[in-house]
Amino acid sequence: MRRFQLICLALLLTALPARAQDRLNVVASFSILGDFVKNVGGDRVDVTTLVGPNGDVHVYTPAPADAKKIADAKLLVINGLGLEGWLPRLLQASGSKAPIVTATRGIAPLKFGSDADPHAWQSVANAKIYVANIRDALRGADPADAAIFAANTQAYLTKLDALDREVREAIAHIPEQRRKVISTHNAFGYFAAAYGIEFIAPVGVSTESEASARDIAGIISQIKAQKIPAVFLENISDPRLIERISTETGARVGGTLYSDSLTDEKGPVPTYIELVRHNIKALTSALAN
Amino acid sequence: MIHDALIAPFTEFEFMRRALAAAIALSLGGAPIGVFLMLRRMSLVGDAMAHAILPGAAIGFLLSGLNLFAMTTGGLIAGFAVAILAGVVARSTGLKEDASLATFYLVSLALGVTIVSIKGTNIDLLHVLFGNILAMDDATLLVIASNATITLLVLAVIYRPLVIESVDPVFLRTVSRAGAPSHLAFLALVVINLVNGFQALGTLLAVGLMILPAGIARFWSRDITGMICIAVASAMVSGYAGLVLSFQTKVPSGPAIILVAAVIYVGSVLFGSVGGLFRQLFPGRHLEA
Repeated sequence: MRRFQLICLALLLTALPARAQDRLNVVASFSILGDFVKNVGGDRVDVTTLVGPNGDVHVYTPAPADAKKIADAKLLVINGLGLEGWLPRLLQASGSKAPIVTATRGIAPLKFGSDADPHAWQSVANAKIYVANIRDALRGADPADAAIFAANTQAYLTKLDALDREVREAIAHIPEQRRKVISTHNAFGYFAAAYGIEFIAPVGVSTESEASARDIAGIISQIKAQKIPAVFLENISDPRLIERISTETGARVGGTLYSDSLTDEKGPVPTYIELVRHNIKALTSALAN
Repeated sequence: MIHDALIAPFTEFEFMRRALAAAIALSLGGAPIGVFLMLRRMSLVGDAMAHAILPGAAIGFLLSGLNLFAMTTGGLIAGFAVAILAGVVARSTGLKEDASLATFYLVSLALGVTIVSIKGTNIDLLHVLFGNILAMDDATLLVIASNATITLLVLAVIYRPLVIESVDPVFLRTVSRAGAPSHLAFLALVVINLVNGFQALGTLLAVGLMILPAGIARFWSRDITGMICIAVASAMVSGYAGLVLSFQTKVPSGPAIILVAAVIYVGSVLFGSVGGLFRQLFPGRHLEA
């Protein structure tokens, strides 16, 4: 009996330090959330994203490898607000018991028609709520590293505050009557609400729906009537449609706006902060006189 | 009033004129092909070929990223390869054309999915490759128009062997050796028309504008020339009416065109002069002895 207790103690002693060095295995549903988790968790977490760089989270089809990733996860971070429509079935299939964090908890959703608009990360103020939610969740999953998470979060929130100021300053330089653009993908509702740039989209809130001739005609008439200065391509939807509208109206074609996904390391927007910077630069250069 | 509803959309908006031009070019090329597909009992071949094109598009994507030209070329090559291999196997062995085609397209589809997943992105390649009839740029329009021209010219050359083979292949084999080459040329035309149709309409709808008019024509004419004329005319009418419908009702244009064709098809099934249901139920007096 005594021997058994000794063995148990020995096992416990060897197991404890090993556990402290284990990184927390976190799965995020798409690349932008993954970036947030990386920034909060630092080197204490291993982040895997289900929808990788350049992927379209709206029309994603999960693979068996994704079920495995979720089954191995200690924590699952999702956006919520109906973005990950494919997730419930994947969860069921994976049999995962990992707690799920909805990063948008506490954000008042904008409405798009009768549904909530899920692209809340496009406003930097919302991104700060995402980060706070992720910090709380990580603390819950790994209380031992709470101090590290808090420090990382503080540093990241400071950067986000600076980013928010940067965006507001840049927009202040654009003349007020020129603060409107057309973009293929209606992902910028929160950005528009936060920073006062009007986004008009030819396609509905999801990339799945197809534009009708009436929609396109409406947009063309609108660009002509309201003298909208710029049209934007997007990294996911059909660029030809936007080019058609642009040649027909004479509106300037702006660069790419990134909405739903980061690019890989070599791309122009590997992190959330760079994504916002890239977008604001593209907007200001297209809208400036 | 009528002018506003039926003509004004086209005079007011250039994209509507371009869409109409594309629809007419597609009708000229696709509808005759559809008639021959139907006569040769290959109506579902279009659908199969649509899948066969994926690996070519995927290889184009691997080699040069999201480049429409590379992906289209790749799709053409893959489509040709599958069509020709299936044709050769069907002609040199006992396996029927539909069976060999099904085999090759499944292999091709599996290869395509594998190649895409090696690249590791989940961008919907078909979505990128396949365009929208409202987004016709000069290049796409030229490609569709030259495709229609080539189709009509080639059909004119292989018309006689093709017709004879459609109705009596054994007879053709006894009098001429033109059967096999003309069949392969015809399969090549199917592929060209599909790839070009995809650029304008998308997968399902490209096949639809090929097959539905052929089905319609079958109910109004007994001879092939008449059928081709009726098929082309009904495809053009569907294209025009579908665009108007899409303009007036917000139905996406591709589905609108096919729905109009479907309505004409149902009307033809009911009232068609050749084998329509009403004609069968109430045969005219002159048919009595």
